[in-house]
Formats: sequence, C-alpha cells, structure tokens
Amino acid sequence: MIRDPKDLQRYDASERANHWVVGISFILLALSGLAFFHPAFFPLTQLFGGGTWARILHPYLGVFMAFFFLLLFLRFWKLNRMTDADREWLSRVKEMVNGDDHNMPIQGKYNGGQKMMFWWMTVCVVLLTLSGLFIWRAQFNVPVDLARFGAVVHAAVAVLMIALIMVHVYAAIWTRGTLRAMWYGTVTRAWAKQHHRAWYRQMTGK
Amino acid sequence: MALQSLDIKQRSATTTPAPQARQTIEVAKLIDVSACIGCKACQVACMEWNDVRDEVGHNVGVYDNPADLTENSWTVMRFSEVEQNNKLEWLIRKDGCMHCADPGCLKACPAPGAIIQYANGIVDFHQENCIGCGYCVSGCPFNVPRISKKDSKAYKCTLCSDRVAVNQAPACVKACPTGAIQFGSKEDMKDYAAKRVTDLKERGFDKAGLYDPAGVGGTHVMYVLHHADQPNLYSGLPVNPSISPLVALWKGATKPLATLALAGVALGSLFHYVMKGPNEVSKEIEAEVEKEDAQ
Repeated sequence: MIRDPKDLQRYDASERANHWVVGISFILLALSGLAFFHPAFFPLTQLFGGGTWARILHPYLGVFMAFFFLLLFLRFWKLNRMTDADREWLSRVKEMVNGDDHNMPIQGKYNGGQKMMFWWMTVCVVLLTLSGLFIWRAQFNVPVDLARFGAVVHAAVAVLMIALIMVHVYAAIWTRGTLRAMWYGTVTRAWAKQHHRAWYRQMTGK
Repeated sequence: MALQSLDIKQRSATTTPAPQARQTIEVAKLIDVSACIGCKACQVACMEWNDVRDEVGHNVGVYDNPADLTENSWTVMRFSEVEQNNKLEWLIRKDGCMHCADPGCLKACPAPGAIIQYANGIVDFHQENCIGCGYCVSGCPFNVPRISKKDSKAYKCTLCSDRVAVNQAPACVKACPTGAIQFGSKEDMKDYAAKRVTDLKERGFDKAGLYDPAGVGGTHVMYVLHHADQPNLYSGLPVNPSISPLVALWKGATKPLATLALAGVALGSLFHYVMKGPNEVSKEIEAEVEKEDAQ
C-alpha cells in the first residue's frame, strides 16, 4: 500500500520507534513534572494515580527517557554537526519564520534550526538528568544546598525544554508533509527538494 | 485538621487566601537552655503523647540519644561541650521544629494542604496530603523534617497542635521538671524571656539573649541562650537563619512568569499558523518533480 514508491525514506522503523519512546516519555515527564512545578498544575497528578504516585513515577520515567534519548543522540549526532551553510540559514531564520524560504541556503538532511534544536535538547536532557538525581530523595541523599541548587536547575531547564519541544512540535505541524516522516518514515520528493535540497540530491542523484 | 479550618493562616501549594474569619493569638514555646538539665523527659513525653516509638539504637559515645531527629523522634537533646571564658560549659539544646513565621518547608511544598500554618503560628504537617518528595527538607533552614523510610512521608514536631487546640500545653512542656520549657502567648513568652535574660546577665552571662530569628519572621519556638551572640555554639544553631535564596528563587515569582512564557510559546505558535499560514510544498516544485518523472 505504498502510495508512491518514489517517496524518500527519511527514517527507518527503529529510528521512528526510538523517537516515539522518547516523545511519549517526555510528555509523561512534562505532565507529572508540571504538577510539582506550580499548584495550578497539581491536578495533573490525577493522570498518574495521585500525587504520591506521580512523585514515585517521575524519576523512573526520567531515567528511562535519558537512556532512550542517549540512543537517539548516538543515531543522529553526526548528522547534526553545524556547517557554514547552517550558520547562514540561522542568520536568515527571520525570513523563514515569515514564510519566505526563497533566499534560504540549500540544506542537507537537517537545517540549521533543527541542528540547534538537537543540541539544545541534548544539553537540556543532560542537565535535567543530573539535577534530577540531586532531588531524587527516595534514592539519593545529597547535601541540602546541592538539593536546593538541583531543584532550581531542574525547574528552569524543564521550562526551557518544554518550550523547545513546543517549537519542535509546531515546526513539524507548520511544515506540511513533515509529520508522515515521524509516523511511517517517508516524505515526498517535492518536500525534500523544497526543504532539504542537498539531501534530496544525495538521495536521488539529481 | 478540619475542626481548625477557621484558624488557618497559610496552606502549602495554595495560591488563594485561607479562611481568615477567626483570629487567634500567637503562641510560642520558650526553651530556656540555661535551665535545662538534659534529662530527656521532654523526648519521652513527646513519644508518649504522639504515640511514636523510635527504634532502639546504639550508644554513639555521647549523651545524644537518639543521635538525630527521625520520623519517630520529633525532638532530641543535643549536647555540646564548649570552652567559654576558660571554663568548660556543657550546653544542652532541645532541638526540633522552630515553627517559623515564614516557614521554608511550607514555601517549598508542592502538595496542596500537606503543610498548614495555623493562625496561632504552629506549622503542621498533614501526612495524608504529603506526597513524599522531600522538598520540605530542602526548604527548611533548620534541617528539621525527616522522611520516613517506611512510608516516605515527612514528619516533625507538631507543637502538639492537637493539645494546643484544646487549651493544653505541649507534652514536652508538661513533662519538663525544671521549668526550662514554657508555653503561652508569644507576647508572654517574650516577657518571660526578658526576665530570664536579665537574671543571666546579672550572673555574668552578659551576652545572654533571646533567640527569635528575624530572618524567618521570628519563630514560635524560641530559646533563651547564655551566649546569644554565638548561637552556633549550641550544636550548630544557625546564627542568622533565613529561607535559602535558592528556595526563594525556585518558589518565587519565576514560576508564574515561566508558566506565562510557556503559554506564550503555545499561543504564539497557534497564531503564527493562523497569521502566516502553513509552510506548504510549492506547486512549482511538485510540477518540477512530476516533469522529471515524465522524462
């Protein structure tokens, strides 16, 4: 039931599954974490069976996500090395956001914005994991000042990461024809030619 | 405690005002360190009244027993031997919750109603709402709350809120054989302390004074100290305790602002889509690809 056999394979099945595992665990982490972030979000603990269960589950989910994020990182870090073309793309990002991509430099599999997103998310996951260990009182008992510092870092980085993920999700919705890469791995050649021409050429030889 | 719902001043993780119809006087426990003989009757009375029993531990070579506060030992005597004016002094401090007017535990707590501050000044933990995160431990400037290894709930001195509610003094006060622990209105306790301080000064302790630290808005457990200029002599009683700036930053105005920022990103994305339109693949490029196929 392949609609067009000439569609380009952007992600294989195991890459997609890995992304979904990280994505689902991130959503669960964000919902349970926000519950402790501000009283306005505390009712979210009901999704996890109450406050105590949310408190118990959150750190385990965190370790789970950190592991699968590491796998994702190992799969994709080489493709996310910044180049001069990426920097040029980033300097023109305003035009892109305004909906005009005519002057954007030709991009490979990932554009400069996607690469920045990749590295920022990596930094966030590292900081969240480390600071999270400092405040995981059921497992570790660190000096109180370290726990206080961990709590501040954890809360601040969590907000940053939730904002980044919102942008990540929105960019995928905004750029029509992208979400299918996450669902079943392929994109149309026209999509690739428009958004990632260097990758299109590499894949088609044209 | 629902019966006291009209006497609540603050409730953890609650952003709206507590019921304030009824005003009560502020109470305080005054611990006169200079009159304490270290008999630990207060520790026994505490366990007896609250019906908690600590595990039998080991002698660690000093009089402190148990060696630290635990979920079952809400007050402990801390013994320290110090040299002051070329004389050995044996300072004994009854440690436990200070019942701060500005409680760091309550500020840090994310669970609504797990920590309550009554209008009379008592700060109480309500274990049925406690989720066991331990944030109260991070929030406390006095290192008082203890998380139970069995049930992961936080415990500490209640200032016998149940006794005080029915006009009884806390159990430790009742048991003290020397009158080193006094209980009453905070005003009366300050007056009593002033007399004790005058007496101590006459006896040569010219730095004697009341420990009611302003950094936490004052406390509802106060000490009369012979060396009020050096509270840390008394097994590390903080000199100028206050809620850590990290906790203030973590629980202050930043979180509502961050919440607004996140709402801004979400709404900004929606309105970007509505106002700029989607980033579609152009017909032109689709035609190019089709043309290549036809060749």
